[in-house]
Amino acid sequence: MMYALEIFISALLVIGGIFGLTGSYGLMRLKDRMQRLHAPTKASTIGVGTALIGSMLHGLMIGTGFSWQEVLVMVFIFVTAPITANYLSKVHLHSRHYDGKIPETGVSRDWATFDKTTEGAEPLLPSRNTGHDS
Amino acid sequence: MITYALGFALACFGLGLILNLWRLSIGPTVADRVLALDTMVVNVIAIIVLYGIQTGQGINFEAAMLFAMTGFVGTVAFCKYLLRGSVIE
Repeated sequence: MMYALEIFISALLVIGGIFGLTGSYGLMRLKDRMQRLHAPTKASTIGVGTALIGSMLHGLMIGTGFSWQEVLVMVFIFVTAPITANYLSKVHLHSRHYDGKIPETGVSRDWATFDKTTEGAEPLLPSRNTGHDS
Repeated sequence: MITYALGFALACFGLGLILNLWRLSIGPTVADRVLALDTMVVNVIAIIVLYGIQTGQGINFEAAMLFAMTGFVGTVAFCKYLLRGSVIE
């Protein structure tokens, strides 16, 4: 039982290391600045989360007890990574590099960060003509 | 066995820190440098946690928690400054 838990913790640590390295390599390697947002905010987050789960299991295994700090760190990282990505993509959209190169939204309104109208935005999905409705 | 896995994970996150430093130095825009700093914070949290496994002491996890909170606040402050020209309006 102890040996199986040790193997499981080792696998978690190795997987976390690979994911973290993938995130940092993607940050260095990808070409466009919008593409560069993807690697660190997803792969690195998963890598750190996996390493934190391994650390929690290791603390339970060697008998130092369950640590709430690691749960807090994991929750905090998993909550804040999408917010960081959202803010940075807003910065990119407002930068001069993307002037005139922003794709269409597919609905009648502009992208939310450029939308100046004050009425509430309905969740308006792009309609697809399937031919069944009259 | 955990020792070898720990060494591998530490090497991976350390190499990731070097790659982030590269992006931080060559980054074409300011937003890329902010993103590189944010990723460095995430990698440093991982290294602190792995060091906590290695030493077996629980005091390191509070340092990791402080890093997680201040790193996020710093990134959001940078982005607000880039978007609006001021941090607090």
